[in-house]
Amino acid sequence: MLEIGLGHYLALAAILFTIGVFGIFVNRKNVIILLMSVELILLSVNINLVAFSAYLGDLAGQVFAMFVLTVAAAEAAVGLAILVVFFRNRGDIMVEGINLMKG
Amino acid sequence: MLSAVTFYLLSATAVFSAMMVVLAKNPVRAVLFLILVFFSAAGLFILLGAEFLAMILIIVYVGAVAVLFLFVVMMLDIDFAQLKEGFIDNAPLGGLVALALAGILATTGLGWVSADNASSALQAPTPGDMTNVAALGAVLYDRYVFFFQIAGLVLLVAMIGTIVLTLRHRDGARRQDMHAQVTRKRTDCVEIVDIKSGEGIG
Repeated sequence: MLEIGLGHYLALAAILFTIGVFGIFVNRKNVIILLMSVELILLSVNINLVAFSAYLGDLAGQVFAMFVLTVAAAEAAVGLAILVVFFRNRGDIMVEGINLMKG
Repeated sequence: MLSAVTFYLLSATAVFSAMMVVLAKNPVRAVLFLILVFFSAAGLFILLGAEFLAMILIIVYVGAVAVLFLFVVMMLDIDFAQLKEGFIDNAPLGGLVALALAGILATTGLGWVSADNASSALQAPTPGDMTNVAALGAVLYDRYVFFFQIAGLVLLVAMIGTIVLTLRHRDGARRQDMHAQVTRKRTDCVEIVDIKSGEGIG
């Protein structure tokens, strides 16, 4: 219990991942919270990568976590930009209305 | 002992804040709790010896991404109560999926064992005599330099895409016209008038 091993970190990452997925399901209308849930999921993946990297003594995991971080930042920026454009067009951010933008 | 206490403290904060991110009524609070999650994750990274990633997490996530979220949340004039409407309806399904996912992950976690040759298949073994930043840099700029460049390209594309998406020209806006400024002649704008003293300009 007092000896922190790889399993502890994996369990924490699993809990965060589950919370992120739960957040996607319960906040179906609010795109901002959806994006935040995706960030939570990516963070849990990062925790996994760094934990394995530390316990196996392999730096590749940390390098990969950095790339995940990069992609997550790019995704957040583009997602929020789309959100702003969507808000300008419709005046709200209801996810149900997004299919009206097709065509 | 101390590291165990720190781990449990940080992970409890992370899990609690993550729950608050998902459940918060006010998105501004959700963003602030997201920042708290990132801070505790950074603490966990330091505990794991990944100092560089911890600092990057704080600089990139807290300094840029979370502030971006905060900007958007505060900039858009949204009725947040309306967005929260379907919360109760979706909660059972979400809970079910989360429970199933937790079950799957737990089964995987309990039945998981490390491969026999895992320690010999390392891609970039951690050198013992270097700091984390130096070792990471040595690997990143050597073995993974191509991926590093691609990551830069991803950021460039994201930046251009974001600007293209949000840039708009409004008709009333007065913009700088370099050509008109540079080609403007003195004769176009200055006139020398000979005025008799005491009369002024009619």
